Amino acid sequence: MNYVDLFRATLPETALEIAALLVIVVDLGFLRKAAAQIRVAAAAVLGVAGCAAAIWAVYAAGWGSLSNGSYVVLAAGGSAAVAQVAILVLTALTLLLFIDTGFTRNPGEYVSVVLMATAGGLLISAAQDLLVIFVGLELLSLGLYILTAFAKQSGKSAEAALKYYLFGGMSAAFLLFGFSYLYGLSGSTSLPRVVLWTYMASANGATSLLLIALVMIAVGLGFKIAAVPFHFWAPDTYEGAPAPAAAFIASVSKVASFALLISISHAILWWPSMLHLGGRLTVTVSSPGAPMPHNTPGMVTAWPLILMVLSAASMVFGNLAALAQTSVRRLLAYSAIAHAGYILLGLAFFGWSNLSAQAILYYIVTYGLTTVGAFGVVGVVERATGSDKLDSFLGLQKRNPLLAAVLLVLFLSLAGIPPLVGFWAKFNLFAAVITLGSGPLHGPGPLSSLPTDALALVILAIAFSAVSLYYYLQVLKRAYVMPASDESPIKAHPVTMAVLVLIAAAVIALGCFPALLQNWIASFYV
Amino acid sequence: MAWTITISFAGALIVALLPKDKPVLARWFALVVSVVGLGLAVAGYAAGFGQGRQVFVDALWVPSMGIHFLLAADGISRVLVLLTGIASVSGVLFSWNIDLRTNQFFAFYLALIGGVYGVFLSGDLFLLFVFYEIAIVPKYFLIAIWGSTRREYGAMKLAIYSFVGSAMVLIGLLAAYVTAGSHSTTLAALASAGLPISFQMWCFPLVFVGFGILAGMWPFHTWAPTGHVAAPTAASMLLAGVVMKLGAYGCLRVGIGLFPHGLDPWGFSFVGIGSWRDVFAWLAVIGIVYGALVALAQTDFKFVIGYSSVSHMGFVLLGLMTLNQIGVDGAVLQMFSHGIIAGLLFAIVGRVVYDRTHTRQFAELEPMHLSRRLPFAAWAFVFAGVASMGLPGFSGFVAELQVMVGAWQANPWWTIISGIGIIVGVAYIWRALQKAFFSDTLPTPHELEAEQTHKFAPITWPEYAGVALLGFCTLAVGLYPRILLDQIEPAVKTLLAGGTQ
Repeated sequence: MNYVDLFRATLPETALEIAALLVIVVDLGFLRKAAAQIRVAAAAVLGVAGCAAAIWAVYAAGWGSLSNGSYVVLAAGGSAAVAQVAILVLTALTLLLFIDTGFTRNPGEYVSVVLMATAGGLLISAAQDLLVIFVGLELLSLGLYILTAFAKQSGKSAEAALKYYLFGGMSAAFLLFGFSYLYGLSGSTSLPRVVLWTYMASANGATSLLLIALVMIAVGLGFKIAAVPFHFWAPDTYEGAPAPAAAFIASVSKVASFALLISISHAILWWPSMLHLGGRLTVTVSSPGAPMPHNTPGMVTAWPLILMVLSAASMVFGNLAALAQTSVRRLLAYSAIAHAGYILLGLAFFGWSNLSAQAILYYIVTYGLTTVGAFGVVGVVERATGSDKLDSFLGLQKRNPLLAAVLLVLFLSLAGIPPLVGFWAKFNLFAAVITLGSGPLHGPGPLSSLPTDALALVILAIAFSAVSLYYYLQVLKRAYVMPASDESPIKAHPVTMAVLVLIAAAVIALGCFPALLQNWIASFYV
Repeated sequence: MAWTITISFAGALIVALLPKDKPVLARWFALVVSVVGLGLAVAGYAAGFGQGRQVFVDALWVPSMGIHFLLAADGISRVLVLLTGIASVSGVLFSWNIDLRTNQFFAFYLALIGGVYGVFLSGDLFLLFVFYEIAIVPKYFLIAIWGSTRREYGAMKLAIYSFVGSAMVLIGLLAAYVTAGSHSTTLAALASAGLPISFQMWCFPLVFVGFGILAGMWPFHTWAPTGHVAAPTAASMLLAGVVMKLGAYGCLRVGIGLFPHGLDPWGFSFVGIGSWRDVFAWLAVIGIVYGALVALAQTDFKFVIGYSSVSHMGFVLLGLMTLNQIGVDGAVLQMFSHGIIAGLLFAIVGRVVYDRTHTRQFAELEPMHLSRRLPFAAWAFVFAGVASMGLPGFSGFVAELQVMVGAWQANPWWTIISGIGIIVGVAYIWRALQKAFFSDTLPTPHELEAEQTHKFAPITWPEYAGVALLGFCTLAVGLYPRILLDQIEPAVKTLLAGGTQ
């Protein structure tokens, strides 16, 4: 590994950082006296250009991973590339939604922080090394804390940021603590090597230490994806953060964190799959003559169990708590917790074949897209009515029919109604879970009997997604059914409207032709 | 025939984009779309005589899971597509007086119709499910926005019941897909995949109940009366006329078609019930009697019809559970017949009577002496009522007779007890006729005066046309049932012989 390789492998991140600096230079250097609208537009356009350049860089980088001789540090292609492109597209969309907001007088700073946080997201999507993971996570998280606090005149924004920061700092400590145990057990920071050595360590009786490490890591990452019981920051942050920042947290940060979880699950299955494919795994036992344990679990059994518990808790609690919300942003936060639960189910029954990784990617990409749109609509309504309460959506179909139609499409997609893309996301994921429930190395094919634990959790998930229809309909009911208290039309910026319509159209089109997105994701797995 | 789906969805989209201040345009456009749909259905039906299963479109839709965009029709599908066409035209005719957000109304209406056509024509398990779910959402909005009594409650109840039902179905379908491990999810491929009997044993009841909820299966029927009562006329016509048929069709096509061994005996019996078949047949019989008895006790005109739907749909489910040719033929025929008759009854109660009297309570309708003031409504209801009672010459008679004969062959007690339901059926229609139209008492001078001052709006041409269309259909099928049975019989025969070919 030399610096040229490093530069080439981090070209997308570099592009984003350059764009971030450019935005600041242009905004503070040239446009200081310009009208606020022009500054916002210039910053957003530069940011989108940076994202576009980064997407080009992801494609141009090809499929060559960066390795330090024998182990990969940054992966390329596969789930990393899919997640990176998705992150960049979603970032561009949130930047376009930023144009109409006007909650800040420093648009340049906002956009450059967004771009730097995105660079962190790109890093953790591809990271295969504990240190890179931690650095990327911190880069992302610090950006998110700042973005949450960006509406300086709003007390709620500051409160949300402080809560987010305190929770985030604590969970980062947990994560680092878990990583330190892993390093102590394995003597390495490279994910595949960590997994291999923890096999040996657990064969030598260090299983309990390994379990502590895994639980700590689950706490740290559970916070990032807002899984129950580490979700407390989510409703407050979603409610207090400025709308485009909330959209960014809800989509980009989620996609990146789940991409990281895919890498970890993948690494954990690396050695068993090698055995399955006819390779050999030599486990050295430290004291000669000691009986060789028959069962050397490593992380293969403990990790899925932890994820299963988080998943079930998130699905149940997220959906039930969402029923009681009166603020649409908090409703979206609890629904995000529920969706994290579904995705965790896919990670708990992760399979070595690409089936699960692709189903999870499909889910997070489409979920991220839908959520950006949903926050966009909430932002527009909020600016017009001054609140994000359910009742501020009253009579939306009269006040802005197009916006109401977009809301209808996005919320029905979140509820998983076909032919919208949210249905296929759930469908693929649950099918993959049942298929792979009988063992991580199982590929598609007939089963002799259905795996009961996977089936039971899928039944739980489907039952609770039936519950979720109720709260999504609560919003739609106000938009379409109940009479408006105020019938003055709601105006939205043409760019905002265009972005929202584009997202809704994508949700419909990708739902009617589900193979489009599947093929696109599969194209990275060559 | 496959164009019916495209035309309905395209129509829904265009109607939604029509200018808002021109309700007349939206109405005529919706009428044209539904008439074209009916024309296609009739043409497809006529072309289907003597044909087995016709495949219209077959394309790979989701290659990674083997999901096909497969539209096909056998005799059963063709009959139900025809029913959908008739119901959609008459529904538009009876919602001619909708003035509130007319274009949105017809957009949701046509989207619902498109979903229904799609279900009946789907040849792929998941395609069928997709269309089935598409039909849920428009129903909610049709009832919640344009409904009457407790509309938001009724609409939400209906949506939640439907969604719970479809969640059960989805679990069953996913489990079947994974268990079969096949590379194609067409109904034919899955039926021949040889699903293990133990699997079918638990998957069948799950899917059957899931679809059965929408078919008004007792004790999961409670959405039906509240939903029907809350719905605007056209939506209750569609709910009873075609949406409940979606459930019954799913029970037949997916439940019985894919999991035939789910109906096998368990190997032990408890109070004479030894298989899922017995369980569901008895639930159907209870539904027939219970629906009829509850209908007898109602004070709201529309609730009478709502509960009568539960009772009549019980015959469909009973017919399916006979598993013999004549019984299942009867069940399919009953789907058609009930779709027409219930549509007619709801149209008279909801549009012809309620929109003029603004009440559905018998106590308030009785002093109005509607037989004098709305003679057309009274005689149309007599006509629809005797059809609903199952008088010979109407479609209900042929259908219910076949179901009863089939049930007798399977278990005579089913026939004997559901016979009680038919007798009570005569009673509640009779009671409704008397209370609503033909009051015993002569009008008092005060009431005569009220008649002179408050004249009801005259019957409009769409109402005449709708009643004529539906009345003609029930008579035609009643007098010449072969017109449907020629298509139903061969399709049922192959379905019962195993496989969904």
